[in-house]
Amino acid sequence: MRPDLAIIENWIPAQAKVLDLGCGDGELLAHLSTRGVKGLGMEIDPAKINRCIARGVSVVQRDLNDGLTNINDNHFDVVLMTQALQVVERPDEMLREMLRVADQAIVTFPNFGHWSTRAYLGILGRMPMSKALPNSWYDTPNIHLCTFKDFEVLVNDLGFRVLRRSVVDREHNSGRLMNLMPNLLGEIAIYQLCRR
Amino acid sequence: MPEQIPANSVGLVTPQTMAFDEPLPLRCGRSIDQYELVYETYGELNADRSNAILICHALSGHHHAAGYHSMEDKKPGWWEACIGPGKAIDTDKFFVIAMNNLGGCHGSTGPTSINPETGQPFGPDFPVMAVRDWVKSQYRLVKALGIEKLLAVVGGSLGGMQAMRWSIDYPDMMSAVAIIAAAPKLTAQNIAFNEVARQSIVSDPDFRAGRYYEHDTYPAKGLALARMLGHITYLSDNAMREKFGRDLRNGKLNFNFDAEFQVESYLRYQGENFSSKFDANSYLLLTKTLDYFDPAADHDGDLAKCMAQAKAKFLVISFSTDWRFAPSRSEEIVQALIAAEKQVSYLEVEADQGHDAFLFPIDDYVNALSGFLNRAQQEVHDAA
Repeated sequence: MRPDLAIIENWIPAQAKVLDLGCGDGELLAHLSTRGVKGLGMEIDPAKINRCIARGVSVVQRDLNDGLTNINDNHFDVVLMTQALQVVERPDEMLREMLRVADQAIVTFPNFGHWSTRAYLGILGRMPMSKALPNSWYDTPNIHLCTFKDFEVLVNDLGFRVLRRSVVDREHNSGRLMNLMPNLLGEIAIYQLCRR
Repeated sequence: MPEQIPANSVGLVTPQTMAFDEPLPLRCGRSIDQYELVYETYGELNADRSNAILICHALSGHHHAAGYHSMEDKKPGWWEACIGPGKAIDTDKFFVIAMNNLGGCHGSTGPTSINPETGQPFGPDFPVMAVRDWVKSQYRLVKALGIEKLLAVVGGSLGGMQAMRWSIDYPDMMSAVAIIAAAPKLTAQNIAFNEVARQSIVSDPDFRAGRYYEHDTYPAKGLALARMLGHITYLSDNAMREKFGRDLRNGKLNFNFDAEFQVESYLRYQGENFSSKFDANSYLLLTKTLDYFDPAADHDGDLAKCMAQAKAKFLVISFSTDWRFAPSRSEEIVQALIAAEKQVSYLEVEADQGHDAFLFPIDDYVNALSGFLNRAQQEVHDAA
């Protein structure tokens, strides 16, 4: 399993009702179901949806830019979104929707404030590209990149609270330095949020 | 006529008939004392009788869902695309049951059957059936076949509504339910189309208040018109444009009212062909059954409350260009199932064919259905 998913797994209580936004082929939900978690995935790609169905993961097709209007308030215990916040049209509205349908949200995204990104822009004077951000500025799906600091300001503005944060590098390892200067040294953050 | 039956077809099949003496009480308050159901089965029932899948048919469907009745048949059963060895509903794995609904005109008791009280055909006296009445009759047939629990109930369009009703009325009778190109109830627009279809039948002078059998007439024109209208709603704008465009039959305008455009002649052919095979009273009844379907009505209009009693796992499928039962209608079902804490998967399949898409072997659709059914069988197997 992807290392970030292993971290997320530890943050989800057994038996919880979990919504996974952009669930892919259902790897995490399939794994969580062995711990009694009742999961529902949302995904837009039919091929991935079919892999979910074949492995017994419940999944509904949805464009997340349409919001979660098909879900009642507080229906889930935890809502997840891994590496997808930066591709939605309105990350702020997405977060609001997430904490409308669930008590807690877990979000992961790449840090645009990482030193390598800053150096790329600062020294080369061009929009940063990397393994994590492989696309050119004009055709990238990552239309709303932000730094950890930006994200935390938004969370605060929305009236939400950060319960937990784990900062890791691309291999999803953590370190003391990274935790001292996360916005400079962290590549990917995993945030757990709740309403205030 | 098939020169040779394709290897992935169930091949030659023979319809069977089962007679029932136990009266069937109906939603309308009346009951049918005796009736017959005609059905077909494909594949083998396994030793623990756990691999049976019931197919529910749509408005003009019937029991002949797959295979051929004889080597002279022009076409196979109506869902040949999905039923057969190695297909989505794999007859190498599953025992498939397809029947003709009561009130139809393909062998099960309906308006053309003799009313034992009068010795004449029922005609317009045949009771208007509700989806729940059909499901009750299907349940009796399934039980009579010695099946205690179905693996799945599967249906498209009006068939999907029956599958939905099964999950509500007999929640312990199946592990999985697939609802394809359906809706939780008809809209005013849907009912309006049905009403025009009915009016075109009853206003045909040969309809004779439904007693055309006795008068030796037949409202062929009215039924053909009804079907022409229905057919338009089954196709997408794009599908019609692709198929016919504005092509003319004779390459020029004639400035008269004959069928000049290809689409006109196609619709006329479809209408006439249908009216030679279908019974007008049946068509009236079946469109009413569609109009009446609204399972949430018993629960203050709350579909989630209505679906709460279901226990099956659900697969809901819609098609992008279906405007008769648009994807948003399937999403209503999905939303209710999520709210009711049911296990549900949903796929909107990109397809050009409109409502009729559910009859075509479209990859994403077929893969979803087969993945869902295979998984259901595996889970039943693992639980045993």
